Amino acid sequence: MKTLEEFVALFAEQFDDTDASEITAATEFKDLDEWSSLIALSIIAMADEEFDVALKGADVRDASTVEDLYKVICGKM
Amino acid sequence: MSYNPFSLEGKTVLVTGASSGIGKATAILCSKLGASVIITARNEERLKDTVSQLEGNNNKIVVADLSGTEGINQLINEVNELDGLVNNAGINKILPIQFVDEHELMNTMQINALSPILLTQGLIKKKRIRKGGAIVFVSSIAGHTRSSVGNSMYCASKGTITGFMKCISKELVIKKIRCNEVLPGQVDTPIMSQGAVTEEQMTALAAHIPMKRLGNPEEIAAGIVFLLSDAASYITGSSLIIDGGLSL
Ligand SMILES: NC(=O)c1ccc[n+]([C@@H]2O[C@H](COP(=O)([O-])OP(=O)(O)OC[C@H]3O[C@@H](n4cnc5c(N)ncnc54)[C@H](OP(=O)(O)O)[C@@H]3O)[C@@H](O)[C@H]2O)c1
Repeated sequence: MKTLEEFVALFAEQFDDTDASEITAATEFKDLDEWSSLIALSIIAMADEEFDVALKGADVRDASTVEDLYKVICGKM
Repeated sequence: MSYNPFSLEGKTVLVTGASSGIGKATAILCSKLGASVIITARNEERLKDTVSQLEGNNNKIVVADLSGTEGINQLINEVNELDGLVNNAGINKILPIQFVDEHELMNTMQINALSPILLTQGLIKKKRIRKGGAIVFVSSIAGHTRSSVGNSMYCASKGTITGFMKCISKELVIKKIRCNEVLPGQVDTPIMSQGAVTEEQMTALAAHIPMKRLGNPEEIAAGIVFLLSDAASYITGSSLIIDGGLSL
């Protein structure tokens, strides 16, 4: 099982213009300038690839911080 | 009844992916217009539900998995002479390009592109499609007039079908078989039920469609059935967009 820190790093990897240092467990990710529906799809695909968890668009919509999403993934494992 | 070139009376039509959505609506409409219908998909329960909504007693279920040669050959062996073939079964897996892998790509290409090609090839080789018959492929506007992010495998598979259709429509003129495709826009079916796209996103998409709503499966079926009918006797190799104006 990957740690929260590892998840934050994987999360940050989905961005191209946002520096990884801008993303922490407490980041409200939908407020980031670069946030888009394509990045949401990348997060869902990353959760599937790295955690074998099928996130739904609604899970991403309902989460506010990166840590919220990590908890959703843990809950689905 | 008086002259009706849209009638499918006396015709036998095979519809793939008839356990749900567009295929189910197409099978029902074909039967209402007088055709005998052979319906196929993997889920027998749902196929039984479709068959219960068909008119006439001459309809048939073939349970087959089109993800491999075995299922395709089984289907070919279980059908007799056809006047119409609707290659409709399909899947839609959404993945941004950096997550596309060989397994997912092969899966999408197999069901959306290779199996309709191989099914058509097998039926033609065995002369199962009668003179005057028609083949309709269910492609998509995706990759043609519109594309949405994460849809590259799907767009590639649908583009493959269009290329294939355009070529065989010319080859099959000599056999008096017409080939066409419909290109639906966004239709209200369970195809997106895996949930990568939220309901809010679908609603937002609907707002972008000039007609301000998703299509119904019946509205795609109507185009398919037209292309199957003798009313389309001079139409081959064409692509009929049915998208509420989304491509405009
Ligand atoms: N809905 C849209 O917005 C839209 C837009 C453009 C194009 N299309 C195209 O329209 C076609 C029908 O889609 P739909 O929206 O009606 O989707 P759907 O409701 O999900 O139906 C898909 C059908 O394909 C069958 N199928 C899937 N995998 C199969 C397999 N391995 N072997 C045999 N059958 C299989 C399913 O049956 P089982 O699960 O029982 O096997 C089901 O009957 C597809 O080709 C799709 O790409 C849809």
